[in-house]
Amino acid sequence: MVRNVMNRFAELLDRLVLTPSRNGKLTLLTDYFRSVEDPDRGLALAAITGDMSIAAVKPAMLRALVVERMDPVLFGYSYDYVGDLAETVSLVWPQPAGHIPNHAPTLAEVVGKLQAASRSDGPQVLAKLLDSASISARFAIIKLVTGGLRIGVSARLAKQALADLGQVDIAEIEELWHGLTPPYAELFAWLEGRAEKPKSAALALFRPVMLSNAVDDGDLEKLDPADYAAEWKWDGIRVQAVCEGGIRRLYSRTGDDVSGAFPDLAAAMDFEATLDGELLVGDPREATGTFSDLQQRLNRKSVSQKVQQQYPAFMRCYDALQIAGEDLRGLPFAQRRSRLETFVGALDPGRFDLSPLVEFPDWEALERLRQAPPHPIIEGVMLKRWDSPYLAGRPKGPWFKWKRDPHTVDAVLMYAQRGHGKRSSFYSDYTFGVWSGPEGAEELVPVGKAYFGFTDEELRQIDKYVRDNTIERFGPVRSVRADRNNGLVLEVAFEGLNRSTRHKSGVAMRFPRVSRLRWDKPAAEADRIETLQALLDR
Amino acid sequence: MRASDLLKPRPEGLYCPPGDFFIDPVRPVNRALITHGHSDHARSGHRSVLATRQTLDIMGLRYGEDFAGTTQAAVLGETIEINGVSVSFHPAGHVLGSAQICVEHQGMRIVASGDYKRQQDATCLPFEPVPCDVFITEATFGLPVFRHPPDSEEIARLLKSAGQFPERSHLIGAYALGKAQRVMRLLRDAGYDRPVYIHGALAKLSEYYQSQGIDLGRLEPATIEGGGKADFTGAIVVGPPAAFADRWARRFPDPIACFASGWMRIRQRAKQGGVELPLIISDHADWDELIATIKETGAEEIWVTHGREEALVRWCELEGIAARPLHLVGYEDEGD
Repeated sequence: MVRNVMNRFAELLDRLVLTPSRNGKLTLLTDYFRSVEDPDRGLALAAITGDMSIAAVKPAMLRALVVERMDPVLFGYSYDYVGDLAETVSLVWPQPAGHIPNHAPTLAEVVGKLQAASRSDGPQVLAKLLDSASISARFAIIKLVTGGLRIGVSARLAKQALADLGQVDIAEIEELWHGLTPPYAELFAWLEGRAEKPKSAALALFRPVMLSNAVDDGDLEKLDPADYAAEWKWDGIRVQAVCEGGIRRLYSRTGDDVSGAFPDLAAAMDFEATLDGELLVGDPREATGTFSDLQQRLNRKSVSQKVQQQYPAFMRCYDALQIAGEDLRGLPFAQRRSRLETFVGALDPGRFDLSPLVEFPDWEALERLRQAPPHPIIEGVMLKRWDSPYLAGRPKGPWFKWKRDPHTVDAVLMYAQRGHGKRSSFYSDYTFGVWSGPEGAEELVPVGKAYFGFTDEELRQIDKYVRDNTIERFGPVRSVRADRNNGLVLEVAFEGLNRSTRHKSGVAMRFPRVSRLRWDKPAAEADRIETLQALLDR
Repeated sequence: MRASDLLKPRPEGLYCPPGDFFIDPVRPVNRALITHGHSDHARSGHRSVLATRQTLDIMGLRYGEDFAGTTQAAVLGETIEINGVSVSFHPAGHVLGSAQICVEHQGMRIVASGDYKRQQDATCLPFEPVPCDVFITEATFGLPVFRHPPDSEEIARLLKSAGQFPERSHLIGAYALGKAQRVMRLLRDAGYDRPVYIHGALAKLSEYYQSQGIDLGRLEPATIEGGGKADFTGAIVVGPPAAFADRWARRFPDPIACFASGWMRIRQRAKQGGVELPLIISDHADWDELIATIKETGAEEIWVTHGREEALVRWCELEGIAARPLHLVGYEDEGD
């Protein structure tokens, strides 16, 4: 075992972020877990899986800390060049005079100090840690406190590395996971063969969910429609409702406990089972709410009575993992489905219903249904093999999602903002608008912002267009000439629309991206706001 | 004599009117003084060239023996008179043969650093600070974000990765003159005694380094004759960076792209270039070395050239040292 210093963790992050291959990442992770001691390795694991809680330091605070210590102009040049605040600060942070760090801190020490810090002394604790760390350790520390490592490693991949380390199945790890807490010493002991498998004494644990693959070109022709059940794909939130021995938990698909945000639904969970389904709002007997309705319930830690009444949450069930202590995951989908149908029939019909099966004779018929779903919150269809067991993860073959094609709109480029990092010399973030107002007095209203979907060559072309057609500049943003006779039309693809009070246009797009550059299309022929409003009202 | 009368930028390069010579001209001139062999500083076609013996040898290897009309070897530390101007060459620590050029006339002394670094490098002589009135510094890495780590740490990371991925090969992009040989030498210093495979473009220069007494160990051409990918399992291969995008690189098994350069300090640069294992090994001074060197020369005035002039000029202002950017055209960062 090597010394479990912070630098090892920092080095791991540096390598992971630049290693594209999954196998390469797994090698780096298992190697790290094998060669670093407790508790450092367990804390690293928690940081990667997002199970570590450290009070966040805001970027503005970080910037303030560094300009107390160096010339703001030099910092400005540096940040402009690097484009990433955490990286810039890690590089330029001046080592205090006469201070030679003779003790490289461990990850455990760093995490301990950060967790013990109060909101008010947090920044100073951070500054002290940065004083004592090497450049790459500083980067890692800043990543820890600003939240989100962004190293291209999912919690699942980290768990796969653990499975590789202990030569066990990943499902065993996922099932144990919610009964464990950092730094996971007992988990490592088991994986290294030094101890028994930890017992999950806790009840109502999360069970790893089964995910689907997108249908690719040519996939369906190889499949027999008779082997598959079809259901609508509901655009709500995937949840797992677990009740065991009086403990009730509502989990997100990643295993986060979201019971607190949906007390109305949790209160109706008076059964012994683990159900898989989609959380939606409305009353399933009468009407299912739209995505905008659902949004009223998202990203809230607590929720008022009024909102609960206006937008009641319910669960549209599509699978049963266990019922009354019996594990059903090994059964074929057809059998699980019939057990589920019986079971859901006995639950509160205002809170639970069954995701209906969609009958279809062949793929062409299903394609027609997919293109014209009966409800706006349906985003396509799901295909599930009748004989498939419930498998954790994303096995290829048993489950497919076949999404509706995205919506598109022709919009006019209005503003362009300079990008960061490798795009720092390009105007790469585009605000676009559509026409509104009476004929003869039309004006553009911004409806969204997109910064991807185009090729590098197209980026160069748009960048040139922006530079040649700038009418005003404010900071990194340029206002581009856009009127009835001049303007660049962008075909924008998006997944859906929400009502928005923040945007002047009253709509906000989900997942917008530039799908085509319409150099050929006159600006006056771009779409009008009514086209988008029609989508909202559907 | 005013400094700006002793040396001034011209389209051809830095010109000395009283001495009638250029330093590192980018176009053919009558008389050229050359700091080191990188192609943006050392061009062929001058009527006469004054440079260190090793720089002349390197130019000969790169351009052929007739790269200049006449040549004269400058001995480090010895003064040569050119039209009444005193000229001397001093080690710059950049690559083998690299030198700073000190120009002195009527009590005014200017040192043109060429490219330089302060980190130790077993493949060339260390930089010697020369007290002067005006110091012309390069600024390739003239931003406070550039802090080069010790090169031994970088090589240790490479060797660790070679141990972690024994079934793959490690391809190191390194410029053909200087960086490539330094990497080979660092591998030897770290105890790596297997052969290092090299791209053909590195052969002549590496051989020259060896002939100058710099032991690079066993080098083998990265060619496949009758063999296959398996020949390079676990191998460390060094080649010019451009070759890695080439079909040439396909002969190696599941290679890990490494790049030895000061630019690798910036993650986005590594990511953009598809580099998996960045090795921050530079032949240019980093920010700390630049500012320490400026202080050490005791110069009252600093001229900043090729690179990021603005930050270094700003730093000089804060320190109360007169400084200005010297806009010379035609220099790139070939050396890193």
